[in-house]
Amino acid sequence: MSATDTELPATAPAPRKKSRSMLGRLLRNPLGAICLAFLLLVMVCGVFAGLITSIDPNFSELLAVNARPFSPGHLLGADASGRDTFARLLYGTRATMTACAIVLVVSLVLGVTAGLVAGYYRGRVEAVMDFIADVIMSLPGIVMLIALYAVTGPNMNLAMTIFGVIIAPTYFRLVRAVVVSVRSELYVDAAKVVGLSDARILSRHILWAVRGPVTIHSAGILAAGIAIQAGVSFIGLGDPTVPSWGTVLGDAFANIYRNPTGVIWPALLISLSILALVLLGNALRDAMQAGGSTPRMSNKQKRRLAATADRAGIKEPVSTPAAPAAAAGRDDVILSIRGLRMGYPNPDGEVREVLHGIDLDVHRGEVHGLVGESGSGKSQIAFAILGILPREAVILGGSISLSHEDLLADQAAQRRARGRRIAYIPQEPMSNLDPSFTIGAQLIYGLRAVRKMTKREAHAHLIPLLERVGIRDAERVMKLYPHEISGGMAQRVLICGAVATDPEIIVADEPTTALDVTVQAEVLELLRELTRERGLALVLVTHNLGVVADLCETVSVMREGRVVELGDVHGLFENPQEDYTKNLLASSKRVEMLEY
Amino acid sequence: MAEPVVNVGKRQAEPILSVSDLEFTFGGRRGGKKVIDGVSFDLHAGETLSLVGESGSGKTTIGRAILGLAPVTGGSITFRGERVDHLSRRQRRGIARHIQVVFQDPYSSLNPALNVEDILVEPLRAAGVSGGRERIRELLDAVGLPADAGQRYAREFSGGQRQRIAIARALAMEPEVIICDEPTSALDVTTQARVLDLIKDIQQRTGVAYLFISHDLGVVKAISDRIAVLYAGQIVELGQAHKVSTNPDHAYTRRLQLAAPIADPKRQRDRRLQRLDVIELEEATRLAALAVGEEYA
Amino acid sequence: MFFTLLKKLLRSAVVLLIVLFATFALMFGNGEGIARGILGLGANEQDIQNKMQQLGLDRPLLVQFWDWLTGVVTGDLGKSYFTGETVSSALQNRLPVTLSLVIPTVIIAVVISVFLGVAAAYYGGWLDRTVQTATGIGAAIPGFIVGVALVFAFAVAIPLFPATGYVPFTTSPAGWVASITLPVITLLIGSIAGLAAQVRGAVIDTQSRDFVRTLRARGVSEAAIVFRHVLRTASGPAITAVGLIVIGLLGGVVFAEQIFALPGIGQLLNLSAQSGDVEMVMGCVLVMTLILLIVNFAVDTANVLLNPKARIS
Repeated sequence: MSATDTELPATAPAPRKKSRSMLGRLLRNPLGAICLAFLLLVMVCGVFAGLITSIDPNFSELLAVNARPFSPGHLLGADASGRDTFARLLYGTRATMTACAIVLVVSLVLGVTAGLVAGYYRGRVEAVMDFIADVIMSLPGIVMLIALYAVTGPNMNLAMTIFGVIIAPTYFRLVRAVVVSVRSELYVDAAKVVGLSDARILSRHILWAVRGPVTIHSAGILAAGIAIQAGVSFIGLGDPTVPSWGTVLGDAFANIYRNPTGVIWPALLISLSILALVLLGNALRDAMQAGGSTPRMSNKQKRRLAATADRAGIKEPVSTPAAPAAAAGRDDVILSIRGLRMGYPNPDGEVREVLHGIDLDVHRGEVHGLVGESGSGKSQIAFAILGILPREAVILGGSISLSHEDLLADQAAQRRARGRRIAYIPQEPMSNLDPSFTIGAQLIYGLRAVRKMTKREAHAHLIPLLERVGIRDAERVMKLYPHEISGGMAQRVLICGAVATDPEIIVADEPTTALDVTVQAEVLELLRELTRERGLALVLVTHNLGVVADLCETVSVMREGRVVELGDVHGLFENPQEDYTKNLLASSKRVEMLEY
Repeated sequence: MAEPVVNVGKRQAEPILSVSDLEFTFGGRRGGKKVIDGVSFDLHAGETLSLVGESGSGKTTIGRAILGLAPVTGGSITFRGERVDHLSRRQRRGIARHIQVVFQDPYSSLNPALNVEDILVEPLRAAGVSGGRERIRELLDAVGLPADAGQRYAREFSGGQRQRIAIARALAMEPEVIICDEPTSALDVTTQARVLDLIKDIQQRTGVAYLFISHDLGVVKAISDRIAVLYAGQIVELGQAHKVSTNPDHAYTRRLQLAAPIADPKRQRDRRLQRLDVIELEEATRLAALAVGEEYA
Repeated sequence: MFFTLLKKLLRSAVVLLIVLFATFALMFGNGEGIARGILGLGANEQDIQNKMQQLGLDRPLLVQFWDWLTGVVTGDLGKSYFTGETVSSALQNRLPVTLSLVIPTVIIAVVISVFLGVAAAYYGGWLDRTVQTATGIGAAIPGFIVGVALVFAFAVAIPLFPATGYVPFTTSPAGWVASITLPVITLLIGSIAGLAAQVRGAVIDTQSRDFVRTLRARGVSEAAIVFRHVLRTASGPAITAVGLIVIGLLGGVVFAEQIFALPGIGQLLNLSAQSGDVEMVMGCVLVMTLILLIVNFAVDTANVLLNPKARIS
């Protein structure tokens, strides 16, 4: 046990650049700050309306009927009854604020509590609440509110309370989903084992996870509150004696031909307030997430980067292999990688290099192992060969040649080769099959995508192949869906799909890691037989040195984006040159069957 | 049903944890699946007993049942002579300080919202013991992490370091038994070796007993005193670690042993051929037995 | 598979009944209040009791509901308290108007949203950012404000379209189109904003899944990947979103009919509510709930057809 681990983070704790509090991060976002300021301004004006204007919002001044904006004494004009628009909007803010407060409190209390209980205890409680939520959500809120008016008349507070109930299921669904996902996290199990009571677990672990989404959602709820209160007043169901934004808009709209500009002010006020809340919600979401998504560079940006990388002459010295390449002199190299450099963009626009100049040669019929730990870049090489790197990836230089055709330089050649000459066996069998199609449909479709054949021909070609990879009763399996077969069978299906097109080289990305060890042994045996029978080359990416010893002829050891040692399998295991390789071997042997 | 092959060890002391005829059937109603089908074993103080099996063997469920995270439909679990399998949640909390856990996934077993200090203080607080800085520093030191790690968050550490934090949390209450549920399966091979060393080291210093659950026969050989091999919810072999992992008696254990490849090309080639021979032999025996009308477990 | 659909249909029917009963209870719970509302402030106790007996408002609630329910099946939904017109004839006259708004909106919204959502998810870059901003704004601004703005722009400022009134298709196809253009646009903005965002989200999620990468590695063309595979898997959440959009649409239709003075169900609901004509209100709620039931069933059916996992419930 070494205290001086290479795994330790930088011993000096990184200076805390960002403030811990959410509010701080929010205010640092310019859009968030503006929205917050705007909303506060509106609220303050509403509360102190009496201090800002001396005009009574219900006072009708005959001389001011349909006054234009900016006329003396009427900043925003007046309506058809001569009431000052500015005053009405100011005082109307109070009605809006009250409505929003009621909606928020009612829906939050009901929805969040129900969500917590249903999510944590599940079972029948959850089923009942789910059903109630379904019922409440199955009719549009406005329809229910209008229907309610028939019975209650213009009672805005009651209407808003009912709307709060109607919209509570949105909180319920949100909170329930978060609680269910958190509940199944191992750290909740750990808390139970450690001896925490349910109440402590709920408050310490679960509420903590819930507060973020609830806060963000609340911004949306407030926006909905503004919209519904204004809407209900607009169509005439509000209290005519109380000024409100919706009533002002409704009156102005009824009067639109005589005083068209009248609708502008209330419409603007309502829209801007809602927008401010929505944008505030977005800013809150950004403030709560630690990191953003990886930015995607345009192709132009990528080319520019590649060019500058070359020009700056940051060409890394080609990693010199310690042991000479196996059987120098054979010129039946089918795949040749030279100086491959690749990376991903940082949020600040720089590229973080992941592969620092990779050289690799694979001969016909050879099984070449790419071994390394996590972060070594071995899977990235596999994706680069196949041309299935994620969109964000940036190739900074180098070439990948398949029988003298550079696949990086020639996109068309890459597309032609993919699937036909180079095949892929992925790591996770179940998630790599399309869940919407049967096994047979997927295999036939994949085969016909690169080879001209009819469906019948493809079917006939695949059946014996499925049996060859160890699937008995191939006809029946062809009709099954991915979720109806086991992991081991799924991996065999994927192997079948890979060899069906008669490729020259297969790239397998940890093909046995997700399988049980006994199944793994069978799959390795299968791969060995298939490569021998068909003269296939195989690039095998793995972290398991035992797999390498079992199957590979040549090995490239990778570490942090570089090939640190390359050699034939016997030479590497008996006489490793690099310290890293020695360390890797020693760790592997530490946990093995036989004694050393 | 064949009897499990048991090699009795030299232990005579009372077992600290005892599992007897444990059963768990999933999905009651009609024709549920027997996940645990009559499992019995003892764990003695200070020893490491490993449960080895592939997916579907029931090993993880046994661990969770002992921890009180999964129910049990038959049999019993006894800790220090007292039944613990049907305790209420509150009673369960009482034995929390004695049986602890280290889970497989270092990324989801630590709450990302808490810093390391909070994570380590939690078990102490749950038991009503005032922890204090001293204890935290002791724990961090015991697992080889620097003292200032307390202020950091779990996401700032690598997988191996996170497992160390999880181990520190398990140690906080000085338990007698720690259930290790595949603690190194998600780690790189070099990190794995270091964490296994740590686990062994802690046992030497504190005398804690481990129930080590894994799918990897090689890993458990490096760390165990005794090994139990599980297949389809039953123990098919139980004995001294060395014997079970290098020269097992049961056919399934033999298959498991030969299936995992080793990092030596020449010897691996021999083992591979040996494995193919064994499979052929088994297949021939099975066909013969079927012809005779016997069941071959 | 059919069993699953049957279960879902049954569940929807139960939900429908509960909603109807809850609404009925709300509307007819206060029989005295209704009678008072009809007779006006000057009525005395005796008149009110007589009125209640006349309209059957003095019977127990469940009996009234059962009566009403059986009436629905036979087509008799009662009569308006004020105009004397039968509820069913009023609904029949107004339903085509509302459908003239809802159906074109749904069809156009689905087409445009799929197009926008897929394009934004696939191409990314400025197109994606534009779509995200536009849908954000479109979803935020309430429908009635959009309607007012459209009237202001295209009927008052630049008189292109009629601001009010409905021309039936049978009278004049061109007139019909002109009369529904502005209201449909009003409804479209909110619907497309919501649906396009959902489609985009579903496509982005599906695109990042492992099997898509494997398909690409097999040599399947990008076009086939998007249209055959990604859309198939993304269609699940997208179709569910259509169901939600229709709920919002029924609410929006009320505003649209008010703003553009279209004699549809929404306008009837509004008028009846303001005059306390509960029979009419129940009729409107029934129609809207039925539309929702049909839409949800269509959504569930489509989901089951497209997603094999949904077939076992």
